[in-house]
Order: sequence, then structure tokens, then C-alpha cells
Amino acid sequence: MDTNTLITQFQNGSVQAFEKLYEMYGQNILGVINVILKDEVRSQEICQDVFVKVWKNASQYNASKGRFFTWLLNIARNAAIDELRSKSHKQQQKNLSTDYFVDILETEEADTPSLDSIGLSKVLNGLKDKCREIISLLYFKGYTQKEVSETLDIPLGTVKTRNRNCIAQIRKNCDL
Amino acid sequence: MDIEKYIASGILELYVAGSLSESENLEVLHNAQQYPRIQEEIEKIEQALLQLTEASSGSLKKPAFETIIPNVQESEKVIPLKPEHKTPWGTYVGWAAALFFGVGLFWFYNQNQDLENTIQVTKQNIKILNDTVSALETAVTDTQKVLQMLRDQNTKVVDLGGQTVAPEAYAKVYWNQDTQKVIVDTQGLPEPPDGYDYQIWSLTLEPLTPTSLGVLSDVGQDGEQLFELPNTNASEAFGITLEPDGGSETPTLEQLYTLGTTAP
Repeated sequence: MDTNTLITQFQNGSVQAFEKLYEMYGQNILGVINVILKDEVRSQEICQDVFVKVWKNASQYNASKGRFFTWLLNIARNAAIDELRSKSHKQQQKNLSTDYFVDILETEEADTPSLDSIGLSKVLNGLKDKCREIISLLYFKGYTQKEVSETLDIPLGTVKTRNRNCIAQIRKNCDL
Repeated sequence: MDIEKYIASGILELYVAGSLSESENLEVLHNAQQYPRIQEEIEKIEQALLQLTEASSGSLKKPAFETIIPNVQESEKVIPLKPEHKTPWGTYVGWAAALFFGVGLFWFYNQNQDLENTIQVTKQNIKILNDTVSALETAVTDTQKVLQMLRDQNTKVVDLGGQTVAPEAYAKVYWNQDTQKVIVDTQGLPEPPDGYDYQIWSLTLEPLTPTSLGVLSDVGQDGEQLFELPNTNASEAFGITLEPDGGSETPTLEQLYTLGTTAP
């Protein structure tokens, strides 16, 4: 069954379709939240909240707004960023690392990576810091092209091309 | 349109990131629908992001779908996805059942009232019957007593004949000298006028000495006909006179109704 059919069924209230979509994207959304929060327990809780929200707001998704995954990504990073700004989280996480993916990399290397997914170190192999930085801002923090341009003090066009090159490196690592 | 140049611009990567404006989003969507090459490229970029994000979850496992389901089903009730305008059969059936139940209840109430009335009437009938039975029992007992006395060989029957004031009148006295009792049968006496009662006297003849045995109150067809009285006298005759209510000290001989001697 193709993804678009699943999405239509999900929007018509099918719990089974929703479960399939959760199987497809749940682990990705958890990963996004984990990169932002760097807190495994809270990440799982927020992930649950995100999918409840996804179900409740199913009717709001529409292909003209972009990819379904992009819609999920947007809801997840907003929820995670809200959590990051909440008082309780600030108290727990006083020394937030600014090294993109480094914490996650260290955690992942400590554990045995699961068989069915490629390890983060392999995905990020050969990726320069400025790539990690721009990917983090665009995909994990939801910055617009203009916001990235201002934050990194680089021209708008450079944001697009640099990002494309960085994603190209990941695609190469994953044989895509 | 130069598709390769369009792809190389990096706009598709921003599309997947969700960093484009609404109009740019629509433009990419249209181009992707028009050019499979663009659609394919978008899917590959998305695949790369899926790899990156999944790898970012490290050793964490996503929560079981079942942990989301309870919340999901709760929200289903709150936000109906398709507002339905079905005929509310449930409501109709509910009201019909309530009405039926109400009518039934009223019917049962009436039935119950009827039954309770019947029970009251029946109870009264039973009471009347009980009274009748006990009255009859008393009457039977009395009659048996009388009968027993009449059949006793020691009982003497004295016939009292009508006198001047009432030649048609008669009475009988059954006298048992062992038990010293008399039973007076007043069946042959006319009903006394208002304010008068019969009184029975025991008489000894030489000299004529009357002794009152008692007042026979309420003599008549509807009243008493048999009177049981003690008699300790050596009676030689019995007489019945009409006396004012409550009786007299001495008999009013002008009103002597019946008289009879004990000697055969």
C-alpha cells in the first residue's frame, strides 16, 4: 500500500493506517526529539505526545503544505523546542552541549547499534562541522533559509547549496 | 525548465526541511507532479533524512503504539472526524421504552389498587363470616345445653296455661331439681308492650308465697325465647306476670299471663 493511500485512510480516522504510519516514522521522530532534548526518558514521553497530537490534528495535513514527513518533523521539533524552553527542562539540563550530534554519537557508540538501521557514525561519516551545523538548524531546529543565513552570516544562496552538499554526503554514506 | 539545474539549486532539500514559503512549497509540489525526476530526488532526500533521524534515536526504542492508542481513542470522541447526521434511533427507542415503561407502571399501580380493594372487601367478609360462625357456635352450645337438660331424667316439664289477660298465651318451664336450674320457654307469650318485661315467679300454694326467679327481658320473635335461671325453691307452681321494666318486688296478679303447677 503506498504512503499516500495510508495518509488518506489515516485522515479518515483509520487507527490501523495510523499504526502503519507510526511504524514508518515513529523511530525518526523519536530521533529528532532526542537530538533536541538530549534526554532519553523525556524524548520518549514527548514522542508519545507528538503522535497523539498528530492524530488529533490529522485533518490539518494537506499535501500542498509539503511532505507528510515534513509535517511530522515540524510538529515534533516544535514540541521538543517547547519542552526545551520549559522550566522543568532547564533545571534538569544546565550544561547543554552545543556540539551537534556529538552527545548522541557518544551514546550510540557506547551501545550496540541495532541491526536494521545504519549507525549515526556511518550516516555522518566525513561530515564537516559546518554541515552538522546547517543540518541541525534546518532540520532539527526548523530555521528558515533567511534565519540560517542571518545566524551563520552567509548569503541566502549559500545556505541552499551548502545544505545540498551536506545532504549529498549523507546520501553517499547511505547509498542513496 | 532545466530540471538538473533546479535540483542542483538545493531547493528540494529545503522543501523537505519545511523551510520554504507556502508559494514555494506549491511550486515544488507542482514540479514534482510534473517531473518524475524531481519527485524521485525529493524521495531520496527524504530517505537520507529518515536515515539520519532514525540513527539519531541511538539505542532508544520508540514507545509501543499501544501507549498512544488510549489517548488516541479518547481524542476520537472529542474530535469527530466526520460529523454524522444519522437518525437517532437509539434516542427514539429509548423514549419509546420509557413511555412504555411509564404506561406499564401506571397499569400495575391500578391493578395493585384493585387488588388491595378486593383484599379489604374479602377481609371484611371473612370477619362477618367469623362473627356468624362464633354466634352460631354460641347458639349451638346453648341449644345443646338446653337439649341436654331436657333429656335429663331429673328434669320436670311444667306447662304454664294462659290466664284471664291472655287466654291464648302459654309457656313451659323445665325444672331440674338436681342442678336447681330452670329453663323458661317463652315461645307462647305475646311480645310485651314498651316499658314492660315479663317476670317469672316460683309459688308455694299453702299459703300462697311468690318468690321472684328473675326478669325475662327482651322476650319476642326477634329476641330471647329461652331463659336459664337458678331455682332453689321447693316450687309448687310457676307464674309469669307482666311487670314494669326491671321487675317488681311482688307479682301484679292482675297481669298474670300464664300459670302452671309442678304436680302432675
